Amino acid sequence: MKARIPVSLRQAWRTFASPSRTLSLGFLTLGGFIAGVVFWGGFNTALEATNREAFCIGCHEMQSNVYEEMKQTIHFTNRSGVRATCPDCHVPHQWTDKIARKMQASKEVWGKIFGTIDTRDKFVAMRRELAEHEWARLKANNSLECRNCHSAESMDITKQGARAARIHERYLFTGERTCIDCHKGIAHRLPDMNGVPPGWSEASDDPQAPIGHWLADSRPHGGAAVP
Amino acid sequence: MRPHHLAALAVLPFLVPAMLSAQNTEPRRLDSPFRPPVNFVDENPAPPIPPDVTDDRRVARNYPEQPPVIPHNVRDYQITLNNNQCLTCHSRRFTEAVQAPMVSITHYVDREGQTLGGVSPRRYFCMQCHVPQTTAQPIVPNTFKDLDSLVSRPSDQGDRR
Repeated sequence: MKARIPVSLRQAWRTFASPSRTLSLGFLTLGGFIAGVVFWGGFNTALEATNREAFCIGCHEMQSNVYEEMKQTIHFTNRSGVRATCPDCHVPHQWTDKIARKMQASKEVWGKIFGTIDTRDKFVAMRRELAEHEWARLKANNSLECRNCHSAESMDITKQGARAARIHERYLFTGERTCIDCHKGIAHRLPDMNGVPPGWSEASDDPQAPIGHWLADSRPHGGAAVP
Repeated sequence: MRPHHLAALAVLPFLVPAMLSAQNTEPRRLDSPFRPPVNFVDENPAPPIPPDVTDDRRVARNYPEQPPVIPHNVRDYQITLNNNQCLTCHSRRFTEAVQAPMVSITHYVDREGQTLGGVSPRRYFCMQCHVPQTTAQPIVPNTFKDLDSLVSRPSDQGDRR
């Protein structure tokens, strides 16, 4: 058993495990504490830096496609001047969920490096797949990022049109559907919606029909595949 | 009649309005039925943009061929190559859940007169004909009367032959 661990590793472990010879206990504890503060502060600062809109639209893929589309919608321009920035909808606000999303986003760095959507044509061709990822994510977390601002408790349906009030009452308040089921493409242009039934239709009850992505699928993987 | 009398007569139609307007000390106004009565050189603030009518109540057509107007908000509705958001409620399949009026089957007919299974491409762009309304009051009142109000007389109500 012992023979299998290489000599260099065994030596490193011995150094690590033995008490220090020259450095004082105070230096090691205080130094470790300060280094921890510096590391943690730096980590969170870097994390927050990547969570700003200026960072998101630093890439031309985001700047000239999705950001331009978003500028015309009500989440950018409206009467009260409150607006949503990219991370408000696309990054979870809770720390653990945020870290999980950031780890997923490392694939987006890969895409950036290899130019997966570096032209308009490539972006348009991939739009359905990219949209499906977001629909699936929001479906799986019950539209959490919508609900960070729009809560069902604060929603006064008497201020809504009769049509919207009726549909919210029937589908949203009963928990039968979540925001993204009906409100797709509210901040960006829609992809080809062939085979994606609107949330208020009976067709979206069909487990095969909705967003064909494993993230949104509650059953074990292998069920609804991407159509 | 001498020639110079004739010349004076010819000038008269131009002279009279000029004299009349000379009595009017106000600056000349550009009154046109298609513009508000404002002075030509004045800079006027634009009138406020009136809000859309979004009360979800159907509006009667003024004449049978009129495309019905849209009584709800249509901001950011996408009618693109990828998707027609109007048809997510108004197509035949989805009218039951949302209680929206279905597009009439005249929209299924293509230009050769063939009835298709769905909305014909020439009828795809809904808002070329169907438009939302605002609360703006028309500057020029409309005196249009529909056929019903023209043919109906108090004497033959309900007994029109």
